[in-house]
Amino acid sequence: MLKKSKASKLVSKLICGVAVTLSFIASAAQEVNVYSYRQPFLVQPLFDQFTEQSGIKVNVVFAKKGMAERLAREGEYSPADILLTTDISRLIELYDRGLLQANHDKVLTDAIPAQYRAQDNSWFALTTRVRNIYSSKRLGVVEINYEDLADVKYQGRICTRSGKHAYTVALVASMIAEHGEADTLIWLEKFKANLARKPQGNDRGQVQAIHQGLCDISLGNSYYFGKMLKNEQQKIWADGVNINFPNQANRGAHVNISGMGLAKYSPNVDNAKKLMIFLVSEYAQQLYAETNMEYPVRVGVVPSKLVASWGEFKADSLPLEIIAKNRTLALKLIDKARFDL
Amino acid sequence: MIEKQKNRRWRGASYFIALTLMIPVLVMLYAGINASNELFIHLWQTVLPDYIANTLILGVFVVLLSVIFGVISAAVIVHTNVVGKNALRWLLMLPLAMPAYLVAYLYTDMFDYAGPVQRALRAWFSWQSPSDYWFFDIRTLGGASVVIALVLFPYVYMLARTAFEQQDQNLLRASRLLGLSAKQSFYKVALPLARPAIAIAASLVLMETLADFATVQYFAVNTLTTAIYDTWLGYNDLASANALASILMLFILFAVVSEQRARAGQTYQSERPNKNHQLIKLTMIQQLFASGFCWLLVIAGFILPFILLLFMAWQYSNIAQLQALLPTGINSIKIAVWAASLTTFFALLLVLFQRLSHDRWRALPMNISGFGYAIPGTVLAMAMLATFAPIDHAINDVAKYFSLPTPGLVLSGSIFAIIFAYVVRFAAIANGTIDSGIKQIPKSIDYAPASLGVGLFTMLRKIHLPLLKSSIFVAWLLVFVEAMKELPAVLLLRPFNFETLSTQVYQLISDEMLEQGALGAILIVLLGLLPIIWLNRAKTGNGEEEV
Repeated sequence: MLKKSKASKLVSKLICGVAVTLSFIASAAQEVNVYSYRQPFLVQPLFDQFTEQSGIKVNVVFAKKGMAERLAREGEYSPADILLTTDISRLIELYDRGLLQANHDKVLTDAIPAQYRAQDNSWFALTTRVRNIYSSKRLGVVEINYEDLADVKYQGRICTRSGKHAYTVALVASMIAEHGEADTLIWLEKFKANLARKPQGNDRGQVQAIHQGLCDISLGNSYYFGKMLKNEQQKIWADGVNINFPNQANRGAHVNISGMGLAKYSPNVDNAKKLMIFLVSEYAQQLYAETNMEYPVRVGVVPSKLVASWGEFKADSLPLEIIAKNRTLALKLIDKARFDL
Repeated sequence: MIEKQKNRRWRGASYFIALTLMIPVLVMLYAGINASNELFIHLWQTVLPDYIANTLILGVFVVLLSVIFGVISAAVIVHTNVVGKNALRWLLMLPLAMPAYLVAYLYTDMFDYAGPVQRALRAWFSWQSPSDYWFFDIRTLGGASVVIALVLFPYVYMLARTAFEQQDQNLLRASRLLGLSAKQSFYKVALPLARPAIAIAASLVLMETLADFATVQYFAVNTLTTAIYDTWLGYNDLASANALASILMLFILFAVVSEQRARAGQTYQSERPNKNHQLIKLTMIQQLFASGFCWLLVIAGFILPFILLLFMAWQYSNIAQLQALLPTGINSIKIAVWAASLTTFFALLLVLFQRLSHDRWRALPMNISGFGYAIPGTVLAMAMLATFAPIDHAINDVAKYFSLPTPGLVLSGSIFAIIFAYVVRFAAIANGTIDSGIKQIPKSIDYAPASLGVGLFTMLRKIHLPLLKSSIFVAWLLVFVEAMKELPAVLLLRPFNFETLSTQVYQLISDEMLEQGALGAILIVLLGLLPIIWLNRAKTGNGEEEV
């Protein structure tokens, strides 16, 4: 008897505890949860501003590998509201696995051109970044296409990071869309034969290598140029190169995006939608452009002065979905060409 | 020895712990069943043979170098009269506090063509291009092996040193009386006696090396882990990634088990531990070489990279950043202390069961609980997700069934998940360290108390635990230091707004800004050093007991 009453007391205590916890959760509902592939320090100023304006707290967890898996495993109980990614393939992966939901809010669809959002509005780009070709100032002004990376005149003069990196894979995927599988493989093999050293390091490291005279040409994202120019130690590397927008006479430069999506089981949908609207607002897009030196997607928002000084350019109009779709094939070709070995 | 009833309970507890720690491993093996043949064929025809070759070479080189570095330095410290050995004794442990990926980043940066060393050489000799001179390429298998060995050799050093120190010196003396030179008696007596300890340390080094991804990536060396990540993240085929990780794990276990078999039946306990060392007297030149060798290891494995970090922090950091990092540091310490304490406690339980039980399979719980260390961190973290999610779903489904409000995710994305992951991952370290310690204790001691009518726990408290004290300390320390450095599990399993020093540093490194992360990296190292230093002081305090 005594035991039983003890047990029932315990149960009632437990239920009480759960109820209190839940009511606490309910009262703390003015928040929005973000799973981010993007480093929090890059977006924190935006979140702070959002919290100030709306009173909604932003919780973030950042990871690069396995975020989609975590979301999928958590399923309907996932606390995630918004996903932020830095590469189209990750965004499409979330979409393909049914982890996103559409958001047809007119503010979003008006602000973002159709090319930079899903057809069913389940993901949106926030910024674009160009895969530039950096060339040593020793070469003077060059007109260059991605195809020229295979040109024998650059033999032993090209540096690049790993072929397996998401940015390289996306570029190869766009090459497949343009030239088909067989020609892309040949291009990759010749490109590899032109390398001054086996693929290694990061985008800035390649510019450093150009500065040191090891090579003349490298691939790199646009914003790293700005970041190097603003870094005391690295400015000297960036000063030694020109930033080129490839394929301007034909299809245009390859662009990738950073983007966002609304989680399928988002528990705080209203707050999440508010955050999404905030992130495409002129203010946020401007801040994004200024701090991270990417190109804002919102029509009418101009890039930062420094970025604008690199000139206008034509972007490849290839639908981003195709880049994501060709991703696996691209990786297979990179393996076949033994690009990293 | 354990009497029957206690044995049953102890066995129950041992198997419960071991099987709990095995769950994520089993989940991974199971998930690998659906691997795609087609993808394997593609990989096999293109890059996999090279990856496997690289993996084997890397494993062999790193283990060899670590054993050479670790055993020589341990022998010098224990068996010779080398100058400055009191300082070197603990300095040689310091490289352990350095995260391998950081050292890799720093060294590749320093020694590659555009790095400061080659730049200085070019400026000095007015060389213009790579064709004007020869310089070793740091981004090779060789470069990776040396640098990884430089941060991992302390495992071998610590376990070998403990083994050397606890050896029965009478055996060495006897060998000398029988006409062996000091050198011969070291090779013929001391070294074989230390073999189990060295083997355990070498297997830890092997596991850490082969399950690593981030470090080899800086060296542009592709190994099996490269294939695992490509399959998962590139080819979006998690099943095949799990299968590859399982193959890697089985391969590592095979290597470890073969070594154990090779020395099965040999026993190593000395019946009369005797710590009155007779030191080998080195000549001045020999001393110079010996201490030079040890100092080189300390400098290359710790001092140089640490100075580089200090230099970066000096240029890029300020007090405000340091203040902001403190709560992060406290998070790191909290989970590392939990992980180290739990792992060590479990290890003690499992090792003592193995030692004291009569069961035929008494070593099984200890051995299987250590599998997690042979799995790449992120793959293990994925297995954790797959372990916790169904439990969380079940909890919520039950709540729904009783029309109670659903509690949401209780285990996934919690601190508990991170600590559990750490225990799974680092169990092998604690098990190995304590096991290597208990092997030095004569087995006859186990029987003595029973014949005197003393109970099991009294015996453990009065005899085994005091004798194991140093091994327990070392095990706790090693797990603590590893947990401070650990990245993949904490990154993927953590709750919202939860940062540790390693996630903080990773954020910045992944945006190509190590300079900004230098301060965090320094804190990882310094906080990892605290227990090493504390341990050393505690030990020198009470004289005869040495760690």
